[in-house]
Amino acid sequence: MASVKTSSNYPEGGKHMRYKSNCCSLSQVKAGKRVRIRCHHAQGAVRQRLLDLGFVPKSEIFVIRRAPLGDPIQCRVSNYCVTLRQAEADLIEVESQV
Amino acid sequence: MEKNKLLVGLAGQQNSGKSTTFNMLTGANQHIANYPGVTVDKKSGSYRHDGQRVEIVDLPGTYSLTSFSLEERVAREFLLKEKPDVIVNVVDATALKRGLYFTFQILEIGLPVVMALNMIDVAKREGIDIDLSRLQHSLGIDIIPTIGRKRVGKEELRTSIRAAATRKEGKVLKIGYEKIEEQIASLEKIIKQTALAESYPVRWLAVRLVEGDSEAEKIVSSTLGHDSEVAKAAGNVQEEFAENHYMSIADYMVGCRDRLASSIVEMCVKETRTGKKTITERVDTVVLNRFVAPVFLIATVFIIYQLSIVKGYDLTQYWWPFLAKFRAITAGILPDAGLLVDPYVRSMGLWMVDSANALLNYIPIFLILFSLIAILEDSGYMARIAFILDKLFHSFGLHGQSTLPFILGGVFAGGCAVPGVMATKGIPDEQSRMATILTVPYMNCLAKIPFYTLLVNVFFVPYKSWAMLFLSTITIFVALLVARLLTATVLKSKETAPFVMVLPNYHVPTLFGVVQRAVERTWQYIKKVGTIVVAVSVCVFTLLQFPGLGKERMNYYEGEMESAVAKFYQKIEKSSYAPQFQDETSLVNLINVYNDYRTARLNVKGADAAKALDERFTSMYPDLFVFLKPKKDQDARIVNKSLRSLASERKSLRRQIKEEQISTSFLGMVGRSLEPITQYAGFDWKINIAILSSFAARESSVATIGVLYQQGADENKSLEERMAQETESGGFTPLHALAVMVFFALYPPCLAATIMIKVQTGSYKWMLFSILFPTTLGFVVATFIYTGGSAIGLNGIQMMGTFYVLVVLLAIITGLSKSWSNKPPKIGNLPDLRPQNND
Repeated sequence: MASVKTSSNYPEGGKHMRYKSNCCSLSQVKAGKRVRIRCHHAQGAVRQRLLDLGFVPKSEIFVIRRAPLGDPIQCRVSNYCVTLRQAEADLIEVESQV
Repeated sequence: MEKNKLLVGLAGQQNSGKSTTFNMLTGANQHIANYPGVTVDKKSGSYRHDGQRVEIVDLPGTYSLTSFSLEERVAREFLLKEKPDVIVNVVDATALKRGLYFTFQILEIGLPVVMALNMIDVAKREGIDIDLSRLQHSLGIDIIPTIGRKRVGKEELRTSIRAAATRKEGKVLKIGYEKIEEQIASLEKIIKQTALAESYPVRWLAVRLVEGDSEAEKIVSSTLGHDSEVAKAAGNVQEEFAENHYMSIADYMVGCRDRLASSIVEMCVKETRTGKKTITERVDTVVLNRFVAPVFLIATVFIIYQLSIVKGYDLTQYWWPFLAKFRAITAGILPDAGLLVDPYVRSMGLWMVDSANALLNYIPIFLILFSLIAILEDSGYMARIAFILDKLFHSFGLHGQSTLPFILGGVFAGGCAVPGVMATKGIPDEQSRMATILTVPYMNCLAKIPFYTLLVNVFFVPYKSWAMLFLSTITIFVALLVARLLTATVLKSKETAPFVMVLPNYHVPTLFGVVQRAVERTWQYIKKVGTIVVAVSVCVFTLLQFPGLGKERMNYYEGEMESAVAKFYQKIEKSSYAPQFQDETSLVNLINVYNDYRTARLNVKGADAAKALDERFTSMYPDLFVFLKPKKDQDARIVNKSLRSLASERKSLRRQIKEEQISTSFLGMVGRSLEPITQYAGFDWKINIAILSSFAARESSVATIGVLYQQGADENKSLEERMAQETESGGFTPLHALAVMVFFALYPPCLAATIMIKVQTGSYKWMLFSILFPTTLGFVVATFIYTGGSAIGLNGIQMMGTFYVLVVLLAIITGLSKSWSNKPPKIGNLPDLRPQNND
């Protein structure tokens, strides 16, 4: 069973992605913008943590601000705040709200 | 039929108010242990409800119950293995949907569940209206609205726990997985035919296996071996699904749960938010503002430092007399001091008390410090500190939450590594946590300061403040560099955790919670450190005492003492008091009282206090006081004068014995035998001994040096003067002093801290590492400073500057190189490898 890792069917994280015109990774979103999650390319613990905290496809994310040193990012998911590093935000593909 | 004891597991996500709920249920009746084999705290407590004993175990707060982190595994293991009678699921009412993901995982385990819907008041304030009966109906479990901080809902929760434990099958929500229900059901059937069904909930295991949970896979392979029917079936389900749907089955299942949670929330929750910002958001716009944040952070840290270290240190003045009294009482119980040598029982007993007192002295500091930390944690600001500083620390392999341990360890010259190492508990990332544990001891603890002050006052008089600045900041840069080195090498394989965490809402901390945590942590310190330190202090004592002086030398000293005593008798012959001191015991007693009086007199300032002291001694020793202060009694004056020279002769002999004893002791031998190596770093054997003995407790280094550099002590010269005088003739230069100070800064944590490292890492291997690595590093750096400095002909202060510039440059380069590699990758010119999915 070890050979069938659920992840092995998928490409590596967001580093190799090309996005549609209205899509980008969460790490590129400016503070004060509202976006919708399309999918994420994280695996293992990161993936689980993101899911636990509501970074579920189709959910809305509001980017509140960046830390004074530029990283990490503070977001609002439904009505609570979550922080995540750029490296993790890179793995989340979002589309801007129309 | 009721069991006479109920076991309840308290489970919930971080910041759901789990610990306040725990406090509410159990009151002060709690105790802490460890889960077997791991360093995770197991907090349990109990209460009686209608004559039945209920034991509650507070499970580690985690965001979910998967197997990615140690805490999650521990929590899950407890639920599966101990099978508590009831699980109380604490859920933050303001984030119900997030809580439901967790609740679903608990429901799947199949044990009776009661939900404590906590912080219901905050939810109401934020305009979140939850239809409890609907929620209760859709989940099929009891739901008790609670306000843990105000102890609202305690009785209801207790009653409901009782009811849930005895209830027969209820209509608990079954989490459905739509398209793959059939496959899960068939896997369940296969599992039922194996031994697994006896010890694990079947549905839970089937769901986890399909999802690809590594711990569940382990359960199967350890019970049924590799390539079991169950494992194959689960693998087939995953493969088949991935082929047909272009997505992993795990993602699909997440979707199912999300849809279920959303539909429940939609049905039961009405948000009447008027669109205005919550208090937390408003505070955050100020506190986390790009420009205000650093100022506010520095102010907070400064206040913590002032209140705990500075004010706490002042408080130790009031606390110390109690410890001194304790020492005095012990001294009274132990056999009396001898004329020349004290009985071993006495010196060892006092040594143990002194070692313990040196550490117990810091209790006021710890109480204040731990209270302030508890306030920071409970208020929600601690998570923000991590947010603000994470980037800086992350560049060196540390974590935003490393800030606090470093502050406690003594970033500003004056802390203690013990609470520092203890405070690493909250760091979720194992790799960063280990790196923090191993680097906190580089900070300047309170006990390093006297040693620095001594050397700086002797060798760097014109540059005092520069030298102190150098010492207090160089350690930070070195710690950062070491952290980077360790995480890139020995700690590379340690588990890392994503820095994805909730920034909790701000809360006003509760007094009970703060006091309880402060007392609890201080008590842990006293218990764990106190006992071991006393035990090891005995070892160090033995190493310093034995083999002791040879008979010949002892005879020599005894001869000297005898002649001094004879001289004394000769002098007082004519005095009318002479017959009073004919036997040795009364003489020794007189000398000891005289010494006590002199010591007390030195510590007393002002005429009134001196008078009070005199009165005290008069009432304590009515017969002897006249010799302490003879006034006009001529005969007594003679005794007093002779006594003075006898006492000083005795003191000097005793000191000589002590010096000879230390330098010929086992530890002294080690110090001497190391000299051929340590000379490259500029250490002679005296420094070696001071360094070795300081391992027991840093405080002792200055004391040991005091014994070793004692020529001129009788002329009332200060230790600084003595050291300067003696070292000048011995060719000890500021460069030597610099090497020693830097070594001392990098030298391994003291015994108490290494014990704490053992406790926090759970391994003797890391404890040993924490001793050996800094010793090597310190020695290499000290050699570099001394040998390198002498080779190019730099003096102490020049070398200090050179070394400082080198280290700072290295730290900056290391820090930047990491953040370059961390830059987000360019996106846009790479091929789209992502398979088209069905959205």
